[in-house]
Amino acid sequence: MPIQTLKGALRALLLVAVFFAGVWSHSSGLIDDFLWYLPDVRYLMGEHLWLTAVSGALAIGVAVPLGIVLSRPSMAGVAESLMQVLNVGTTIPTLAVLALSMSFLGIGTLPAVFGLFVATLLPIARNTYAGLKGVNPALIEAAAGIGMSPLQRLIKVELPNALYVIFAGIRTALTINVGTVPLAFLIGAGGLGELIFTGIDLYDPVMMLSGAIPTALLAIVVDAIIATVAFLMVPRGVNPNRA
Amino acid sequence: MIQLDNLTKVFDTPKGAVVAADHISMEVPAGEICILLGPSGCGKTTTLKMINRIIKPTSGKVFINGEDTSGLNTQELRRNLGYVIQQIGLFPNMTIEENITVVPKLLGWDRARYRERAREMMAMIAMEPDAFLKRYPSELSGGQQQRIGVARALAADPPVMLMDEPFGAIDPINRTVIQDEFLKMQQELKKTIMFVSHDIDEAIKMGDRIAVFREGRLVQYSTPDDLLAAPKNEFVESFLGEDRALKRLNLVKVREIVTDEIGTVTPGDTLQAALARIDDFGYQNSILMVNERGQPAGIVSRSVARTTKGYCRDHFQTVPAMVGLDDDLRKAASLMFAHDTTWLPCVDEEGRVCGQITQRAMTSHLGARFRPRQGDSHHPDAAIKE
Repeated sequence: MPIQTLKGALRALLLVAVFFAGVWSHSSGLIDDFLWYLPDVRYLMGEHLWLTAVSGALAIGVAVPLGIVLSRPSMAGVAESLMQVLNVGTTIPTLAVLALSMSFLGIGTLPAVFGLFVATLLPIARNTYAGLKGVNPALIEAAAGIGMSPLQRLIKVELPNALYVIFAGIRTALTINVGTVPLAFLIGAGGLGELIFTGIDLYDPVMMLSGAIPTALLAIVVDAIIATVAFLMVPRGVNPNRA
Repeated sequence: MIQLDNLTKVFDTPKGAVVAADHISMEVPAGEICILLGPSGCGKTTTLKMINRIIKPTSGKVFINGEDTSGLNTQELRRNLGYVIQQIGLFPNMTIEENITVVPKLLGWDRARYRERAREMMAMIAMEPDAFLKRYPSELSGGQQQRIGVARALAADPPVMLMDEPFGAIDPINRTVIQDEFLKMQQELKKTIMFVSHDIDEAIKMGDRIAVFREGRLVQYSTPDDLLAAPKNEFVESFLGEDRALKRLNLVKVREIVTDEIGTVTPGDTLQAALARIDDFGYQNSILMVNERGQPAGIVSRSVARTTKGYCRDHFQTVPAMVGLDDDLRKAASLMFAHDTTWLPCVDEEGRVCGQITQRAMTSHLGARFRPRQGDSHHPDAAIKE
């Protein structure tokens, strides 16, 4: 009971704090300063989302099939070592990946999309592989024993049972992707990074924040959207959120 | 009918070749349950899984209803063999209905037909279709899940079922229930079934025939009664356990050893007459009293008959226990021990006395079938040829 009261009190306190923060930011003209950047934010957000969408779609399109192929029994010999290579790849900082792709592909959108694609690819491929490998072998034996072909086994049994893990990978990867897109500004691809890095260079916190806050909000929204898609697409029997 | 012809599996392991199944030849007649029995690693599961090619045979052939299966496509072959595994393996992403109709769908049945079939199967396994068809496996208990597992294997009505320790993961109480249900279903369905088990009691209960495996070889293949009465060698004997004579009690019905001859008295007889009859029949302690419809009404003990005067109807005790003709000897023996008696009256379906069963008759029946082992052969092949 005391915890409940404490929670209630904290919630009330938070509401009051938010209210006063609003009052203060309005009276100090901060809100007007932010609103001045609104057209820029709108335009750059479009670019930002476009970069995420293109690189994310490409990454999903390549990583999921890659994970599926690697999880096939015939690939068992090479799959583990290849996954190790991918794991090592994940540890390379995204900034370094962007820098590398710039040195090969030059400046602009193409190297940015490529860099983001590589950074997003790895977690999705890893989760797809792990998800499929994690499917209970008894299910696969039952599916085989019942007379499903390898393709039917994959589509009707393995993928639905691995879908939750695959979606977890996509969710992580795309959220990170949204947060990484600002770096793409550094190789000339635009996005909300333009406001963030310019703001930092000009010692203009309002400009910096009008890039950073929408980036954070976008990441949250993308995460929520994918969570919803996962909730709807993962079959009820294997969806921990719908049990 | 399932026929195995020199079925062999050799696994190549880093430590060298391991023969998991060594020239297994056997035949399961149509409509019978054959239990593959043995300790773990004896080759029974390997043998079963070679039939539906989950494990590819190194050599040898499998015939199903006389047809050589090596000519069939693997998927096609499997769709015609019901398959139940110990881990149940229901697909958690599918509803119960989808699970049951998987094989009919693979076989291209139309929607109305397979949905109807799902309801039929639920009725067969005694589960309410409306309550369960739309639920998911994770919402069911282990016993219910395995019932669905059996229903899924039976859905396309395959002539042959392969069952790999199907009831092994179910708690003992539910296992007994599900075994009984399955046997009842089998009486109607008459499938040809290969059934792997490591549980001798399950094998005796479920099997029409039992194949005992050891180290990849088929050691003995015979009916449960023959197996218990005449184990081919010491391995089989020790695997069956020292109480194998008692295990046979399950297999023999009262009907087989009941003696029609039983002396009785009626309530109107005098105790003097009762005593005379006890002596005539050579009974030690008591005699059964029957009513006018021939049903057991009580027993008159020798001591009472000797020391008291009067009629039976005034001096009887209640009948401690009786058995029906279709009860097994295990029940009869248990009742005898529980009531400290050496005989029990037997009654027919209408409850009329139709004979008696004595401890003496039971032991001599069991003893008569225990023949000395022929030649004490330790060579399994020699054992099988007999």
